[in-house]
Amino acid sequence: MPTPISRDDVARVAQLARLTLTDDELDRFTGQLGAVLDHARDIEALDIDDVPPTAHPYPLVNVLRADEVGATLDRDEVLAQAPSAEDGRFRVPTILGQEP
Amino acid sequence: MSDPLDSARAIAAAVRSGSVSATEVLEAHLAGIAAHGDAIAAFNHVMVDEARAAAAAVDAAVARGDDPGPLAGVPIALKDNLCTRGVPTTCSSKILEGWRPPYDATVVQRVLAAGAVPVGKTNLDEFAMGSSTEHSAFGPTRNPWDLERVPGGSSGGSAAAVAAGFAPIALGSDTGGSIRQPASLCGVVGVKPTYGLVSRYGLVAFASSLDQIGPFATTVSDAADLLGVIAGHDPLDSTSIPDAAADLGPAVAAGRNGDLAGVRVGVIAELDGDGIDADVRAQLDAAARAIEDAGGHVATTSVPAVTYGLSAYYLIAPAEASSNLARYDGVRYGNRVEGATTGEMMDATRTAGFGDEVKRRIMLGTYALSAGYYDAYYGKAQRVRTLMQRDFAEAYASFDVLLAPTAPTVAFPFGAKDDPPTMYLSDVCTIPSNLAGHPAMSVPFGAGQDGLPVGVQVLAPTLGESVMFRVAAALEAAAPLVGRAPHAAPPIGGVR
Repeated sequence: MPTPISRDDVARVAQLARLTLTDDELDRFTGQLGAVLDHARDIEALDIDDVPPTAHPYPLVNVLRADEVGATLDRDEVLAQAPSAEDGRFRVPTILGQEP
Repeated sequence: MSDPLDSARAIAAAVRSGSVSATEVLEAHLAGIAAHGDAIAAFNHVMVDEARAAAAAVDAAVARGDDPGPLAGVPIALKDNLCTRGVPTTCSSKILEGWRPPYDATVVQRVLAAGAVPVGKTNLDEFAMGSSTEHSAFGPTRNPWDLERVPGGSSGGSAAAVAAGFAPIALGSDTGGSIRQPASLCGVVGVKPTYGLVSRYGLVAFASSLDQIGPFATTVSDAADLLGVIAGHDPLDSTSIPDAAADLGPAVAAGRNGDLAGVRVGVIAELDGDGIDADVRAQLDAAARAIEDAGGHVATTSVPAVTYGLSAYYLIAPAEASSNLARYDGVRYGNRVEGATTGEMMDATRTAGFGDEVKRRIMLGTYALSAGYYDAYYGKAQRVRTLMQRDFAEAYASFDVLLAPTAPTVAFPFGAKDDPPTMYLSDVCTIPSNLAGHPAMSVPFGAGQDGLPVGVQVLAPTLGESVMFRVAAALEAAAPLVGRAPHAAPPIGGVR
């Protein structure tokens, strides 16, 4: 059974999820996530390793469509909703920590 | 003087016959929203222009002699996580404030094609994560039965809009009870269809193996009509079930006539005890007696795995949410907070854009999926999901439908469940159906001692909507009259 979630765990998870937390938030979220995970202890204790997992409630396999060109969203209409766009593309700040 | 236009069915019949225009119906509803809308705060955005254009198009079709469709001129409220082309779609989150989708959700296309008139986008807990609408970034919706109490959630705006008479029907989404629980707290009908019966194309994703769109209505037959319009295969949703449709008319008619002869109904023992308010249990008992009076057979049955539903759900749903919500990164849509690098921009955008409940669930899900914890948390929860399906299958070998409370309590005061695990208990009766992929619906059945509405829940196996609606219609016919919500707009009727 896993150990209770720690403040360091929450800080690491926040970083993975691209969220920046203040010290106060770290304290508060550590307590709250711990309380929710405490409730999970009743299923951790179940001996069900021989039960197969269910990922999806209605089994459909190999959902394919005909390989035909259909309607697509208009590029300009989509880019008009982007925070920043240029030359028909989404525009973002530098990605490698240096000026382009 | 026409008949009272107190249901979608009555409105559609009157509009199709030409005895009232869609525009008259719409203006009467817009007047109700103008007078009572601020007190309830059901809408993030009232679609006045789009609604008037849609109503005019329906009236033009009638004038031409064309049939506008089964929802002709019926005002409909849309949960604000359903994409509407060119109309703001926020999910009640700051991160999507101002976003105007470039397409309509399939369900939106279908209700418009059926002649419905979209009156507005309704408030919700941010990204549908919550049970009270208190987690909306734009403030809570108030319950038309008591303005100091929550409407439930996450589809609280849609439930309140129908209870307040702002629209006779609405669409919501249900991931762990987000249609049925607010329907129960607001005294209206709410349906979570079988997973895959209704396309989710254009529903902003929360937990993709659980999310399902469904109707709100004031009557079971209106809910059936709306489900009939939105159900059916859609190639744009790969989880859409082929060849599934919902013709529920005969089942609803049988139920309304009080005919449950031979229908076997099991009351779920695990959801009829500790943690369920006495008021709710009393109405559940009364509903069981009503089913027996209509010729149904009622017995108590056990579905042991429902005891583990909440624990499994609060690992699976956050895990899927943490993946689905990774797309809000300030690049393609929504709001951006600038940063020196793309990574800093993404961190700043997500930190400023998401509320606390969304952050909690993203972190919970990220943790449950992370190396070293996956097997203990997410993997275990998926095995519990198999147990849930097995236990339901065993119960449905002996029963056609199951009966349970929809919510453990009536509508509760704002701030009463500030602690996350306490709030999560609001969904204990509804979560099992989402984990199993089964249909379930809440039907108003009487009120508690303080006059607040109580809902009872009818559960059915995969694609068991027909018998579910039959039992629901019989319960509706037998339910004690509780009247109209005290803070509702005046009824629409005798427009001409």
